[in-house]
Amino acid sequence: MSNNNYFSGLFSGIKSLLVGLGVTMKEFFTRKITEQYPENRKELKMFDRFRGRLVMPHNENNEHKCIGCGLCQMACPNGSITVTTEMLDTEDGKKKRSLVKYEYDLGCCMFCELCITACPQGAIEFCTDFENAVFDRAKLVQQLNKPGSKVAEKKVAPKPEAAPAEKKESNPETPTTV
Amino acid sequence: MFDFTVVTNWIDALLLSFLPGWAATLVECVLVALAIITLYAVFAIILIYMERKICAFFQCRLGPNRVGKWGSIQVLADVLKMLTKEIIDMKNVDRLLHKMAPFLVIVASMLTFACLPWNKGAEVLDFNIGIFFFLAAGSIGVVGILLAGWSSNNKYALIGAMRSGAQIISYEVSIGLVMLTMIVLTGTMSFSEICQQQADLGWNIFRGHVPAVLAFIIYLIAGNAECNRGPFDMPEAESELTAGYHVEYSGMHFGFYYLAEYLNLFICAGIASTIFLGGWAPFHVLGLDGFNHVMDYIPGAVWMIGKTFFVVFLLMWIRWTFPRLRIDQLLALEWKYLMPMSLVLLVLMAVCVSLGLTL
Repeated sequence: MSNNNYFSGLFSGIKSLLVGLGVTMKEFFTRKITEQYPENRKELKMFDRFRGRLVMPHNENNEHKCIGCGLCQMACPNGSITVTTEMLDTEDGKKKRSLVKYEYDLGCCMFCELCITACPQGAIEFCTDFENAVFDRAKLVQQLNKPGSKVAEKKVAPKPEAAPAEKKESNPETPTTV
Repeated sequence: MFDFTVVTNWIDALLLSFLPGWAATLVECVLVALAIITLYAVFAIILIYMERKICAFFQCRLGPNRVGKWGSIQVLADVLKMLTKEIIDMKNVDRLLHKMAPFLVIVASMLTFACLPWNKGAEVLDFNIGIFFFLAAGSIGVVGILLAGWSSNNKYALIGAMRSGAQIISYEVSIGLVMLTMIVLTGTMSFSEICQQQADLGWNIFRGHVPAVLAFIIYLIAGNAECNRGPFDMPEAESELTAGYHVEYSGMHFGFYYLAEYLNLFICAGIASTIFLGGWAPFHVLGLDGFNHVMDYIPGAVWMIGKTFFVVFLLMWIRWTFPRLRIDQLLALEWKYLMPMSLVLLVLMAVCVSLGLTL
């Protein structure tokens, strides 16, 4: 029995070694993945999931999706997000929270993405820019909402979307501590 | 085939024409030593560059590419850096042995380097027990490694040296047996005669067919272990032993170990190409006279170096494919697998030769 083990072990070992050699030989001829950064700066494309810095996408009408709920600010472990909001009266007499300033400090962000996970509106995301070095720490504090921008109005919700619309309405009331 | 003795005889005659016999011999010795040391340095640089590039390619990287075109003078820069570094005097080391150890390693490496047959008539150390001498001179290196570990007064260095010693001494058994197998085939231990035979009769790996091919594979494995290279780089298992036996060395003393490691790789490959792949003997196919004639025009040194680099590539391929073995696995591989196999091969080869089954 031990003899059997000896020889079968030997041959299976040799086989697995050959498989390994085959894998590396294939790798030897594949295209190399090294990015030669300063030279290929023009055509260098970061992979999509790269977390460069936080941005708030705006549409062509200078509208963003942030409702100023402040969940991201509470989710951030480092306190790198400061959301400033104000209460506005809508035409139908209701009070509504609206974003004034969304400040993001790149210097103390640890790119954990908890803010993006926390956001109920999908208003913020990480972009793939990585050349973030500056000479002054103050420049790392960025305002993410563009000047003059406002929150994008949701289209009048059809029947199936009743539930999210309701949720949206209740949102501004819950985070009272913002 | 061009016979290099034409050149050496001409130099000899030239020197004798205006020098007494002993002075001519002295000058020739110095010339040969210079040639060997130069070749040694040049091959070390080529090998280190090759290793870094090939390692990178196996890992889907580009390797050094900043210093010079394709990083070609990177190694030169590294050598200069190494030369200018301070050799630190350690406090509690055994001073004499500590300083002697790297020289033992490099002397052993250079002695074996001198055994390689570069061309027809261009062997430096060539006598009737060449292979025997090669094995003996190669073993001096182990002494250097053990001394380095012992004299460093450092437990990591000592453990590294002990592992290295155990490994090299074990694998020398296989190397010796494999060489014996090939000596059974060739009937001579002299490197020049082995090469001449292969030029006349065909490469040993073809002449010896099955046992020779198996012996070649065993030689590659054992040779890799002899050079202390991955997957057998046990003495340098950096996660456990920092750098192994040379952890207390700095500057060019460390550089000697580094140099010797790469040159041992080259020597191991060179001996493999001498014994199995014909040394400087060109590739001949029986019956294709035109082809053989063209092959004869390629100089023997090119054949020798080309084959050696081919084997070096094989060894690097092995190194960058397999993970490091544990010390008990390492010794089990030798004593339970390679040594019995090479004993069987020796008998098989002896049977083949005595029955006239070789080609």
